[in-house]
Amino acid sequence: MLEGGFTDQPRQSATAFRAALDAMARPGTIHTVAGAQPPALSIAAGVLLLTLADRTTSLWLAPPLSAARDWITFHTGATFSAPEDAQIAIGAWHDLPVARFPIGRPDYPDRSATLIVEMPDLTATGPRLTGPGIKDHANLSLPETEAFRMNATAFPLGLDFFFTAGDRLAALPRTTKVEAA
Amino acid sequence: MNAPQKNTTEYNFAYLDEDTKRMIRRALLKAVAIPGYQVPFASREMPMPYGWGTGGVQVTAACLTPDDVLKVIDQGADDTTNAVSIRKFFQRTADVDVTERTADATIIQTRHRIPEAALTEGQILVFQVPIPEPLRFLEPRETETRKMHELEEYGLMHVKLYEDIAKHGQIATAYAYPVKVEGRYVMDPSPIPKFDNPKLSDNPALMLFGAGREQRIYALPPHTKVASLDFEDHPFEASKANHNCDICGAGDTYLDEVITDDRGSRMFVCSDTDHCRTRQEA
Repeated sequence: MLEGGFTDQPRQSATAFRAALDAMARPGTIHTVAGAQPPALSIAAGVLLLTLADRTTSLWLAPPLSAARDWITFHTGATFSAPEDAQIAIGAWHDLPVARFPIGRPDYPDRSATLIVEMPDLTATGPRLTGPGIKDHANLSLPETEAFRMNATAFPLGLDFFFTAGDRLAALPRTTKVEAA
Repeated sequence: MNAPQKNTTEYNFAYLDEDTKRMIRRALLKAVAIPGYQVPFASREMPMPYGWGTGGVQVTAACLTPDDVLKVIDQGADDTTNAVSIRKFFQRTADVDVTERTADATIIQTRHRIPEAALTEGQILVFQVPIPEPLRFLEPRETETRKMHELEEYGLMHVKLYEDIAKHGQIATAYAYPVKVEGRYVMDPSPIPKFDNPKLSDNPALMLFGAGREQRIYALPPHTKVASLDFEDHPFEASKANHNCDICGAGDTYLDEVITDDRGSRMFVCSDTDHCRTRQEA
């Protein structure tokens, strides 16, 4: 539990955040990160938590990942909450109660959850992505199409997603339009 | 003044503490996800006064990595007080490499200009913003402007531009010219000259905006559609002084007018010092 955190937090989290920022700014691009060794989670999901979560953020952790709970508490201090109050949620796609997470308010659309979706693999194939951050179009191996298509229709409200597999991550903001390839 | 000390270990990397950087980083991700929307953030006091780019400095500090090459400009110039002091600040607190060449930079912090040289994928442009709310001078109450953004109620802005035309025969707004982002949020592009407005749209670089005193962060992801507000019969025009640069001869750059004596002599020179020097060297 005490192992697997950043050894040089200021520099490692800076490098990790740039990967996360780049992923969110260029939906569909896949980035490699390093520095975390969490139990029950991918390296990339652990890196995102170490970079974004702290005592002021509330998390929702999918039940199958409960072995990561003590590690998250020790390394970030984040509190755990119901999905309705979560700022960050982590889980496999079919374990995430997507409809229950906050999508922001019309006057504060930023008060919405960011979901970290654990994936078996991440490739630049599958559903077609268009929108801000994407020059023409991109492809990403999303777990499905319809939920993300619906999410984009709620703009400026909506959820934002990171997808993690091993030491790699990609992102999908609410602005991205998703169609079946 | 002493030369910047390298590896000043009394400070955390890039000055800010890790809690503050995480808070800013969460705001930045939401800003990127909602282009043009102003995300509130808990702006910190910085070791420089408001108006000197405290918002931009905090955004840069939250984005900076040890491998970055930083460029800082003030009205296009690398060698003015604001640019020099911010560059030294990050040399001292983050030990990053710095450059004056736009093409070599990975992060460019800017006050009131977008460089003339085309930006590329992977570059980040950080704007220093004094008043982030484009509707603020039309409606002073934050509660009201927030409601106006929520309801996409931007009629007041068009009335203001119309009054410009009624009074001056044209839209007289020359800088901080309001834009609409992806057909949704009206945004203040910071006090860049409207000459720079077309570069906001479909730019390959990521653009981040930080307002320290007003505690707002907003963003334009790469390849985002950004339209300057206008009317069908008074289309937007990116204007500049009707001259060529008196040093490098460029006819397509934004120019500063420089008074050279007390008898009315003047010259026009590129506001982007790096662009002008690159042209002279070529």
